[in-house]
Amino acid sequence: MAGPINWFSQIASITKFGLMSVPQRRGAVAATVVGIAGVVAVLAGVLSIAAGFRQAMTVSGAPDGAIVLRSGADSEMVSGFGHDETRIIADAPGIARSADGPLASSELYVIIDLPKRSTGTDANVPLRGVEPAALQVRDNLKVVQGRMFEWGKDEVIVGRGAAQEFAGLDVGSTIQVGRYQWPVVGMFSANGGVAESEIWTDAKVLQAAYNRGDSFQSVSVRLNSPETFQTFKDWLTSNPQLNVQAIRQSDYYAQQSQTLTLLITTLGYLIASLMAIGAVFGALNTMYSAVAARTREIATLRALGFGGGAVIVSLVLESLLLALAGGVIGGALAYVAFNNIHTSTINFQSFSQVTFAFKVTPRLLIQGIIWALLIGLIGGLFPAWRAARLPIAAALREL
Amino acid sequence: MKFFYLVWSNLRRKKLRTSLTLLSVVVAFMLFGLLAAIQEALVGGVALAGADRLIVREKVSIINLLPASYEARMERIPGVDFATHQTWFGGIYQDPKNFFMQNPVEPEKFLKIHPEFILPADEEKAWLATRTGAIVGRRTAERFGWKIGDKVPIRSTIWTLPDGSYTWTFDIVGIFDGKDKGTDTTPLFFRYDYFDEARDQGSQSWGRGKVGWYTIRIKDPSQAAEVARRVDDEFANSSAETKTEPEGAFIQAWASQIGNIVLIVAAILGAVFFTILLVTGNTMAQAVRERTGELGVLKAIGFTNARIMALVLAESCLLAIIGGITGLGLARAITPVVAQKLAGLLPLFFLPTRALFIGLGLSIALGLVTGIVPALVAMRLRVADALRRM
Repeated sequence: MAGPINWFSQIASITKFGLMSVPQRRGAVAATVVGIAGVVAVLAGVLSIAAGFRQAMTVSGAPDGAIVLRSGADSEMVSGFGHDETRIIADAPGIARSADGPLASSELYVIIDLPKRSTGTDANVPLRGVEPAALQVRDNLKVVQGRMFEWGKDEVIVGRGAAQEFAGLDVGSTIQVGRYQWPVVGMFSANGGVAESEIWTDAKVLQAAYNRGDSFQSVSVRLNSPETFQTFKDWLTSNPQLNVQAIRQSDYYAQQSQTLTLLITTLGYLIASLMAIGAVFGALNTMYSAVAARTREIATLRALGFGGGAVIVSLVLESLLLALAGGVIGGALAYVAFNNIHTSTINFQSFSQVTFAFKVTPRLLIQGIIWALLIGLIGGLFPAWRAARLPIAAALREL
Repeated sequence: MKFFYLVWSNLRRKKLRTSLTLLSVVVAFMLFGLLAAIQEALVGGVALAGADRLIVREKVSIINLLPASYEARMERIPGVDFATHQTWFGGIYQDPKNFFMQNPVEPEKFLKIHPEFILPADEEKAWLATRTGAIVGRRTAERFGWKIGDKVPIRSTIWTLPDGSYTWTFDIVGIFDGKDKGTDTTPLFFRYDYFDEARDQGSQSWGRGKVGWYTIRIKDPSQAAEVARRVDDEFANSSAETKTEPEGAFIQAWASQIGNIVLIVAAILGAVFFTILLVTGNTMAQAVRERTGELGVLKAIGFTNARIMALVLAESCLLAIIGGITGLGLARAITPVVAQKLAGLLPLFFLPTRALFIGLGLSIALGLVTGIVPALVAMRLRVADALRRM
């Protein structure tokens, strides 16, 4: 019993000793801690872009929601079918029904060029024409300012995200659509989902404005339950009058976010990895100089009987503690600087803007701390090994 | 220059420390190179935009089509040399991940308005003679191993053929190269007449006689804004109003849709350089502290204060420059590898030469900034105090 306890107390004293000497080495220590904090901050910051974007997309997909597109179309923008087809789709089995009929909304999805607030240049803002069932087909939609538009009238409501990112979308202003001025009568929220990037109006009104005749681009439905999706899909694909594909809403949004998420994540990890390698060199530098400065002291400790293993563990522990400090500082910095920063970017797949907020999630912070600890581990291991293997007599003689 | 050996051996004094610091600098400049490539990929097109070209699109929305009949009207506007159009085809080759642009164009006018695409004369003739012919950029041709004579099937997500199928087949009759390094050689261009006749006139009546956007060449680049206004006035109050702007502005607006990339890149680089500044500065400070005695000796034998300062600065600059050049060189070496991985997402990924020069300048600046404080400390050492600390 005495052995392990003795060992732990050895480690404790050497580590304490090491930490007490930090003020003497503050330059090098600061360099390491800041270096690691920088790595963690950049990692968490860049990846929070992807995390926030993905969150906006996943919140948007209800488990019992489905979307029907023309077969072969990879997004709503390029899909298209006529009025008759949408009526057939709305009669499919599996769709939930309310007193007013099936919960199916035939929709038109186009873009309108509006200037981005941050740059003043035009951006592809999504403009969606919906039917009355749309509010029940989608979860969490609430008008938070103003009122809902009146069906049949040239009025629009805007998503909270869109109003924040694009100019001229405040409640009470008007947007120019061709030769017409459409008033913005309300603002809606959708729990941070993709719908908040959009401007909504009556599908019939939009068809007229964009010369779409009586065609639609998608049908969004609410199913009786997530399980009825298969029946719904089979009925549609085997129907000879239709040439469509049915996708679960959650799958659709996941698909639509693939490319952008991949791009941001790849670049984010690439940058952070390089920074981490740089930080490892910085940490090695600090620990080697720490060991070099304390060569005589460590040799003295070993001469007194402290075990070589205890020395190594203490030095690694010291490095880990510094790295942890750096990781925590970096994570806190990232959280303060990046969390909930609202932004918008173009989703190449849907060819329209998506508004979202950066999200520094707990998972990212933990990831950052793990990276910091790894850097600390590598940075401390080699110097510690060297310190423990120096011949004691020679080390005692060193200046 | 005669003190180079002195500076060099000072660096080699604590080999481990110097190499670790050097490696940190190398990594920082690798990152600099990588970020410069990312920035170039996202916003670099602006610099290569034709000063004598305007882009005309539908005013309300870029996805709305314009009548093909506008072309003749545009060419009658004073200041316009000629106009030609392109349309978004939205095709997929085998897998959505293999994305590249395919547009139907008017062959002769297209090549005339885009002199940056270099196509051999015989290939141009073949294109004009083959209705289903297409020319493809060198980059895409190499990516998929296409040769002249290959038949390439592309599935359009928007346009169907008369028989209702979405898969169009084109004959590769030419491979074009770009004049500059940054010219995009990923697209494929095929003939508008084939497109117009073949696209299913039945179910896609909304597309009949319509095109995506126009490119206008103007006679005098300084008149760009004026001519743009005239074009928009010509089509004002019609069913398809236009928005005309110089090509550079169009590309800039497009790049801005992604976000303020330049700002993000600058912020990351700022964080990175601040960190290595600390690391390198700390190393230099330690180096000077350790050599106080020796610096005292140098002063005692007659080195002037200015010379001492120069020696320390030379040391930090040498470290920074070696690290910088190595880092930039490595960045240059790995960008083609990264470009391969990102081929579908960022078609043009390379390190612009301009960035190399900026990087070199930054490394010199880094050397100066990290060396200045230790150099001043060394300069101000009093000989007697310094010798006492030996």
